Amino acid sequence: MPRISHWALSGLRHVDGILLTLVLLMLGISLAVVTSASGESPARISGHLVNMGLALLVMVMIANVPPHLLSKAGPPLYVAGVVLLVGVALFGEVRNGARRWLNLGFAFQPSELLKLALPLMLAWYFHRNEAVLRAKHYLVGGVLLLVPFLLILRQPDLGTALMLGASGFYLLFFAGLPWKVIVGGAALGAASLPVVWGFMHDYQQRRVLMLLDPSSDPLGAGYHIIQSTIAIGSGGLFGKGWMQGTQNQLDFIPERTTDFIYAVFGEEFGYAGAILLVGLYLAIVARGLTIAARAPTLFGRLMAATLSLNLFTYVFVNMGMVSGILPVVGVPLPLMSYGGTALVTLLLGVGIMMSVATHRQLNKS
Amino acid sequence: MPLATPLKNLDRELGRFHGRIKAGAAFVALLAVALLGRGFYLQIMQNEYYNQRAENNRISLVPVAPNRGLILDRKGRILAENYSAYTLELARAQPRELEATLAEVGKLIKITPGELRSFRRLLAESHEFETVPLKSKLTDEEVAILAANHYRLPGVEVKARLFRNYQAGAGMSHVVGFIGRINDRDLKALRESGREQNYRGTVHIGKTGLEQSYETVLHGRTGFDQMETDASGRAVRALSRIPPVPGKDLRLYLDRDLQAIAEQAFGDYTGGLVALDPNTGGVLALVSKPGFDPNLFIDGIDPETWKALNDSPERPMVNRALRGLYPPGSTIKPFMALAGLELGVRKPTDLTVDPGYFSLPNSTHQFRDWKHGGHGLVDMRRAIAQSCDTYFYKLAFDMGIDRMHDYLAKFGFGEKTGIDLDGESPGLLPSREWKQRRWKKEWYPGETVIAGIGQGYHLATPLQLATAVAMIANGGKRIEPRLVQAMRDPFTHAWQPQPVAVRGQLAIKPEDLAVIRQGMIDTMRPGGTAAAAAAGAPYTIAGKTGTAQVVGIKQGARYDAATLSRKNRDHALFIAYAPAENPTIAVAVLVENGGHGGSAAAPIARAVFDYYLTGKRPGKIQPEGSDASD
Repeated sequence: MPRISHWALSGLRHVDGILLTLVLLMLGISLAVVTSASGESPARISGHLVNMGLALLVMVMIANVPPHLLSKAGPPLYVAGVVLLVGVALFGEVRNGARRWLNLGFAFQPSELLKLALPLMLAWYFHRNEAVLRAKHYLVGGVLLLVPFLLILRQPDLGTALMLGASGFYLLFFAGLPWKVIVGGAALGAASLPVVWGFMHDYQQRRVLMLLDPSSDPLGAGYHIIQSTIAIGSGGLFGKGWMQGTQNQLDFIPERTTDFIYAVFGEEFGYAGAILLVGLYLAIVARGLTIAARAPTLFGRLMAATLSLNLFTYVFVNMGMVSGILPVVGVPLPLMSYGGTALVTLLLGVGIMMSVATHRQLNKS
Repeated sequence: MPLATPLKNLDRELGRFHGRIKAGAAFVALLAVALLGRGFYLQIMQNEYYNQRAENNRISLVPVAPNRGLILDRKGRILAENYSAYTLELARAQPRELEATLAEVGKLIKITPGELRSFRRLLAESHEFETVPLKSKLTDEEVAILAANHYRLPGVEVKARLFRNYQAGAGMSHVVGFIGRINDRDLKALRESGREQNYRGTVHIGKTGLEQSYETVLHGRTGFDQMETDASGRAVRALSRIPPVPGKDLRLYLDRDLQAIAEQAFGDYTGGLVALDPNTGGVLALVSKPGFDPNLFIDGIDPETWKALNDSPERPMVNRALRGLYPPGSTIKPFMALAGLELGVRKPTDLTVDPGYFSLPNSTHQFRDWKHGGHGLVDMRRAIAQSCDTYFYKLAFDMGIDRMHDYLAKFGFGEKTGIDLDGESPGLLPSREWKQRRWKKEWYPGETVIAGIGQGYHLATPLQLATAVAMIANGGKRIEPRLVQAMRDPFTHAWQPQPVAVRGQLAIKPEDLAVIRQGMIDTMRPGGTAAAAAAGAPYTIAGKTGTAQVVGIKQGARYDAATLSRKNRDHALFIAYAPAENPTIAVAVLVENGGHGGSAAAPIARAVFDYYLTGKRPGKIQPEGSDASD
């Protein structure tokens, strides 16, 4: 017994107190909202608790792995992810018109793996070449980013490709990608929008158009946006109260424990709740950027900064979609939506931040 | 480059990184401002709007159809009643979901293509939050199956709805009428009259008979339940209710037994009968033979039955009492006689010689009397009792068509009686102007002559004949016939009597009226044309027989019923009232192709009188198509 408790205590040594507090606060809110959104479904609630426990465990375990060991996982994970993406392109299962899944006894989306593997790979690569960074390294970094990006885009899965592209871009950005390249790229991107539009699939175009005018298809896909907007808007300043949201309780909000959970939150807790929620996310980001600023190695700096920005990008895309300013993309709300895979991936990232934060001295020695 | 110290390089790199961190933080702050800005717009600025939309989502007004009023006969016996039955109804949903639900329901219980068709039609017509009936009158088994599968059939409801039943069946079909599903035309009419809102939740509407003419009274006012409804349209709980106001019950003057007796008295003849209370205008019986089963129409009649009813040569859908047009024949004679007296053309004692025909001055054309060889010398009473044609040919000729038209019009000929049923025909009372207008031809004297015995252009409905004879019975009071005697207030349950609708009083000298009445009494006595029908009656009947020609008889030829096929035989007519001294019932009978009024139509009236005045039910009655006198 004493040995086990000692082991457990030493494990907690690498947990960042501020991040842990923020994460636990978020998970507490999430539990309350999932309870309301699921109609107090015992299966949902207990499932959510199990997911949380599992994800927290993973977070603590990763926090205990020193960053230099974590960085070594980058190349193999990246290679495995790309190989699997190629496998998907060749042998993948088609669902809803997209080839995204690989049957490994269970349905598996390799794109999930790359969400962490790509930043790890890039951070490892820049860390390794820290002393001799030249333009060609950014070029190689760009290629490393484009390979999985294009493979995912081909599936087709524009949403995931863009999210992955964003995380890769953040890393290149923090690694010092020159501003003129960024600005030039942005200008080029803007100019090529009409071309991209032409290459987009019908359903993708429709999603974008629907965003511009959701009422054009009030009973079809526009219904989701309309109903979630109504839910949020009707919440007012302080919301209708926990378990009191009519849009929620009467089934008007689609996917309300997962992708559209923010609609339930907004309806029941109002604008005050939204400020609190965004504030909590900003606190996590601030803590992550602080860790990055203080990190002793380039790998640590790049990972902590990229993961922080990435987290908020997910928040923005999800909340933007649910409140009707971005197209519908299947992106969960970090730390809030029900769903094990996303939660584990996310807390794994938080674990990496904690590892970076708490291994300063050890690394120095 | 090679000279640069690693340490300085590292510092510069770190500085740049911190710059990037700040840029990243600024970017995140920008995104956060965008999110919170959107939130401010939705939740603070547009809160009221979205609140309203959420309320509209949540709350729906579900109409509650009122109970339809009952229709009762004069003794309170039910003619039209309601019963509760289960219907399968679907909430509106997105088309894809709806089709899936329909398919699922179709697997559980049988849905006919017809039911599906009318469902789709109703779906297109009905309001957003109403459930739409798919199948009515579910069996207990079907209700059980649907209840057991309710959990996987979103938006499917089994509702108890009220249905109509017409106990009296075909016998009352032309009086009570029927209700049917509200169709496009009804909906348009409701919309135009501003009653559409009151019919939300109502499936049926009166189509014919009293159901139609008293629709607004019978229907009542629709109530509304304010319901909380979920996204699939299922009601979660009731919030508030405006209760419906039930329709009023109708109590008729009509006696169900009397109606049945009158109907049976026709045997297999077709025709019409109207019995009135001459003092109130109350309709005691209104028969149109044949009738039809009104219950067939309530939920849409199937095409085969409809075709059969519509194509039947007996035309059961036509209300003969109201719309059947027949020459009044000799039943016009009492009115002609009264006109002669009142206009001073005849005195009761004036005698006319009847050689068996009448000829116009300077003409050889013979207007024949029905009696070969004639009646000899006849006064007015005998002329009525024996239905002497020659007497009335001459009277008509002396009176002229203009005076004849104007006087007969006072009895309501050529005009709607104003009965409380829709679709009544005004008949046709010919005049000089009418002929000019209609045929662009002048009026010939010969047409006046035959008009004197109710032939030619003159057409009357049995209802008109009944109201006219009621005027003789009540001393010239013109009363609009009424089926409904009283309406019951749905809350106090008190019967509110309906007023007697007197249109006017015709001034008739009592001594003139007495002559006519006596002639009609004589008609029923030995020597009169309907003596047989009155034999043994414990009360006095005053009546007049008539015959309406269906085919013309050539000059010099004789009408021989035996050689004519039944459908070419004359229509038999009879008008009467009783008891003659103090009349309480007036009747007009028309038997299509019955032959003679005295033998075919009068016995039917006798059966009606017997039951109404003495309570005696007839034995076996079969009017004979004999060729006895007219």
